[in-house]
Amino acid sequence: MRLERRSHVPLYLVITAPIVAVVIALTLAAGLIAAAGVNPMTAYAEMLRGALGSRLSITETLTRATPLILTGLAAAIAFRARLWNIGGEGQFFMGALMTAWVGHSLGLPPVLGVAVLLVIGMAAGAALLAGPAYLRLRFGVDEVVTTLLLNFIVILFVGMMVEGPLRDPMAFGWPSSVPVNGDFRLPDLIARTRLHIGFLIAIAAAGVVWLILSRTVFGTETRAVGLSPSAASFAGISLPRNLMAVALFSGAMAGLAGSMEVLGVTAMVTTTMSPGFGYAGIVVAMLAALHPAGVVAAAIFVATVFVGADAMSRATGVPSFIADVIVALCLLTMLVALLFTTYRVRK
Amino acid sequence: MIEALELLANTSLWAAVLRIATPLIFGVLGALLCERAGVLNLGIEGIMTMGAMTGWLTVYMGGDLWTGLMVAALCGAIIGLLHAILTVPLGLSQHVSGLGITLFASALAYYLYRLLVEVGDLPPTIEPFLPLDVPFLSDIPILGPIVFQQTMPTYLALTSVGVLAYVLARTPLGLAIRMTGENPHAVEAQGLNPILIRIGAVVAGSALMAIGGAFLTMAAFNSFFPEMVQGRGWICIALVVFASWRPGKALVGALLFAFFDAYQLRLQTVVEGVPYQLFLMAPYVLSILALVLVARRAEVPDALMTPFRRGER
Repeated sequence: MRLERRSHVPLYLVITAPIVAVVIALTLAAGLIAAAGVNPMTAYAEMLRGALGSRLSITETLTRATPLILTGLAAAIAFRARLWNIGGEGQFFMGALMTAWVGHSLGLPPVLGVAVLLVIGMAAGAALLAGPAYLRLRFGVDEVVTTLLLNFIVILFVGMMVEGPLRDPMAFGWPSSVPVNGDFRLPDLIARTRLHIGFLIAIAAAGVVWLILSRTVFGTETRAVGLSPSAASFAGISLPRNLMAVALFSGAMAGLAGSMEVLGVTAMVTTTMSPGFGYAGIVVAMLAALHPAGVVAAAIFVATVFVGADAMSRATGVPSFIADVIVALCLLTMLVALLFTTYRVRK
Repeated sequence: MIEALELLANTSLWAAVLRIATPLIFGVLGALLCERAGVLNLGIEGIMTMGAMTGWLTVYMGGDLWTGLMVAALCGAIIGLLHAILTVPLGLSQHVSGLGITLFASALAYYLYRLLVEVGDLPPTIEPFLPLDVPFLSDIPILGPIVFQQTMPTYLALTSVGVLAYVLARTPLGLAIRMTGENPHAVEAQGLNPILIRIGAVVAGSALMAIGGAFLTMAAFNSFFPEMVQGRGWICIALVVFASWRPGKALVGALLFAFFDAYQLRLQTVVEGVPYQLFLMAPYVLSILALVLVARRAEVPDALMTPFRRGER
């Protein structure tokens, strides 16, 4: 038995692969739910009801999906060019911090101010990934380790700022940053819910990323670099320039996620504002097979699992960490499923 | 300034260096063994978390400490086997698989902990490994309290450095492992199976990582809580590069790193007016700096991260 590369990947495989992966992951996780003494079908029904059962829960799920779309895009853009950006979490926090910092005292008309703040968030995320990309180009340092370590450094830095110069003197309990000026809050998409127009911005971002990757010279170059760096280089593409552009683009998406979370949901920065959006973005990107359109669907799925698991946990007593288990299992099963879309098994 | 220097004369600092280095030594040896055979194991962070949880849980459920360490090693080996199957025979991306393993193993550890342990206001504790008091030797001035009043796993870690260095450098098995990391096709030409060698190395390396994690809950502290591994696994991955894939240098790297970590903890108490987060950042910043310094000169195993497929070049 051996693996043989398919000359052509049929569309039905591209679509069924993530579905099969998710079903297998849910089946495996069912064993763990049963171990908690709860019927897995009951638990999954509770999850669906908790995430999509009412108007309010649907908006909550889409609110949670918003940053995941952007961190998913960040991972997808980078992974396509084989830039292993695992620093989405740090870039998210950097975008959030800079947005809150500047947004507290910025004096601009609301619409212009929001635009400026979103750009600042994107620039912060991009700048944070430019460092590891430079270290890889200049010194050959593996970006996986540097981006991972930067996540810890950034979260400590955020802690330092919200306990120090950016501390909100009016806040009780946990330290948080000063709030952004109320003029710059993103308007609600649906009244009396947390869902804000950032959700539409995220979907638009997915569209823009898709256009850039499929219809521009930069996109074609990136795909060439991802497929074969040596061939791309021979064709006259500058690998360092392309890698740096990819890094800036990817970091900007994760920074935008943090920026919009501040402007749309929290209004301020705390060290606990992300339940792992950066890391979950990697799962989102893989489930989407690195395709921008798939990222939107995958982000909504992952958000459903997270929001649903909280409700299910309250109803049945199954620890809500089951959500993280399901999402991680999806990543592993999707990885195997992708293998069978690109290879076929021959006797 | 004088106070900062006086800290260096304190034997408790140097004893802490060995204590802090212990989980790093296990982790860096484990990562080194995997990489010498050609497989990057980014599952390390999750495997250490799993080791920390399962070792602790075994003792909490009534097992003795050594059984706990063995259970931790076994769980680490099982998760390592999963990473090995995904990356060696299936040849999947070692980066993505490793991250998936880390996310999976840590989530599973937290889930099982919540499921099996009743957590009140404070996390439940166990009776951990206690520092030894080696007769006579621990009475030696200065050296005694530093070297001869550690816990058993610390001595196990130091022994492992010697064992792994010897096995890799001086035995046929070690030669086969190193050759698999450099040129698996040559290994196959010798009639050996590079796939089995890689799987074996990843499984054994993961067991070492898990023991490193178990040290955290069974000797350094006496309880388990989420996020307690705190990036130590990633630091180990950086230390492997810093050590140029050699066990002896890995020990030096781990000790050096542990020294800075122990020193920054104590500096926090004497230096005033500097946010404590800056001190906590130091270990991570140092790891990145260390990578920058050595990356150009690093002797990377040639076939690291290259999947081996029979008959494919």
